[in-house]
Amino acid sequence: MTTVHDRPTASVPSRPRGGSLVQQFEYGLDAPICLTWELTYACNLACIHCLSSSGKRDPRELSTEQCEAVIDQLQAMQVFYVNIGGGEPTIRPDFWHLLEYAVSHQVGVKFSTNGVRITPERARFLASTDYVDVQVSLDGATADVNDRVRGEGSFDMAIRALENLSAAGFADAKISVVVTRENVDQLDLFKALADRHGATLRLTRLRPSGRGADVWDELHPTASQQRTLYEWLLRAGENVLTGDSFFHLAGFGESLPGLNLCGAGRVVCLIDPVGDVYACPFAIHDQFHAGNVLSPGGFGAVWKDSELFADLRSPQTSGACTKCEFFDSCRGGCMAAKFFTGLPLDGPDPECVQGYSEPALLQIGRTIPAAGQDHSRSARRPTGPTPLEIAPPSGPPVHACAESPLAGFTVPRP
Amino acid sequence: MLLDGAWTMSPSVSIRPEPFGALAYHFGTRRLTFLKSREMVSVVTGLAACATVREALAKAGVPQTQWSVFLQALEALADGGMIERRADLAAA
Ligand code: SF4
Ligand code: SF4
Repeated sequence: MTTVHDRPTASVPSRPRGGSLVQQFEYGLDAPICLTWELTYACNLACIHCLSSSGKRDPRELSTEQCEAVIDQLQAMQVFYVNIGGGEPTIRPDFWHLLEYAVSHQVGVKFSTNGVRITPERARFLASTDYVDVQVSLDGATADVNDRVRGEGSFDMAIRALENLSAAGFADAKISVVVTRENVDQLDLFKALADRHGATLRLTRLRPSGRGADVWDELHPTASQQRTLYEWLLRAGENVLTGDSFFHLAGFGESLPGLNLCGAGRVVCLIDPVGDVYACPFAIHDQFHAGNVLSPGGFGAVWKDSELFADLRSPQTSGACTKCEFFDSCRGGCMAAKFFTGLPLDGPDPECVQGYSEPALLQIGRTIPAAGQDHSRSARRPTGPTPLEIAPPSGPPVHACAESPLAGFTVPRP
Repeated sequence: MLLDGAWTMSPSVSIRPEPFGALAYHFGTRRLTFLKSREMVSVVTGLAACATVREALAKAGVPQTQWSVFLQALEALADGGMIERRADLAAA
């Protein structure tokens, strides 16, 4: 298959002058605008679709001082905010300290949580801080649908957190939902739930990353559900955050609001708990590994000088997709989704709504790349096509910070 | 927007230079905006030190033929709270 490294790099095209922002983004920015930082692999839950296969803490996780050094560097690079996730970031003992440290260094924080530590007292603290956004993950609008994926009791825990936040006067929390085959019929319910809590709904795409690879075949929305989702977004999607989650749905005809571009390594990247830098939070794999923040020059040097990122910062070849009439807005979809379903990176997205990826997905012998890391607390389910049947989650439930790298990001009109 | 108004960038805004111009981020509203040319960046960052918008445009070397386009962009920035009217000459 074609990998990012196989692409011809002999003549690196240079950045155009002027042009649209999407064109400018293709060539990368001096610093990310959508940086996800996963602080720990430890998690109190065990969600079956966790993108970072979290569960157990990694002994090599960055120390408090190392985290502070990263924040100092982000401040110098003017990374205006970070999306903090995990694992469950709030169970790191120094979480609240790092949050205050970041905010006092002009690095705003949006953090994802399953709600476990959002007590009334913490909620009041959060309500009193500026520059902090809270995102509570929920994958069902009802306890049965949610808990099947995220584990027993996780629905109540999230709702309690939302109630604590609104009681404390925390304005505009986000409810972050990974859209699956099981909850796609609950979009109106989610919206109502968000409205009830004075929160904003954020929908993200289920990507076959981490443990998500184990359940993708049975949990990703069916072709007809994709259309339902697309129509719902057109009808009711105003004020719903989606980031770059659904630009592959542009293949239905109209492009949706949000960023229509894979920002990996260009405007998006991930710092993982041990300091490894990847092109995107959904691409934790050697092939998308750009460096480590502990190496000389730190994060800034990785962002500027990594060969991988240089490679990603040019228009990518798009094979069969270039002939598709929807290519301009769909752009072949999500790189990570292709990679972790064993599809070529220069072809259509596994959920190509025009159906162009179906033959490749049905191919016997399609190889799914092995996960880059696994911090799950119990044995993972085998990857690969599974029967169309929802098996109950194995092992203890956990979280998934359903990070979508650009969720919440809107491209302002020029 | 009046050419004779006195304006300044909001104190909650940070500017980050980029190859195409700059990113402007408002820490209060969490809005990210793109200033798509170097001249636009000079105008916005120059407002505070200039008595009027006219002076900031001239100083940034924006040709007069483009002033109306720049004024529209400044208008949009004002709507988003990225730039604010300055108290000292607010009536101007
Ligand atoms: S989630 Fe997919 S589309 Fe978005 S930046 Fe990552 S690889 Fe690209
Ligand atoms: S063929 Fe490619 S560009 Fe066209 S809809 Fe499918 S994934 Fe998108």
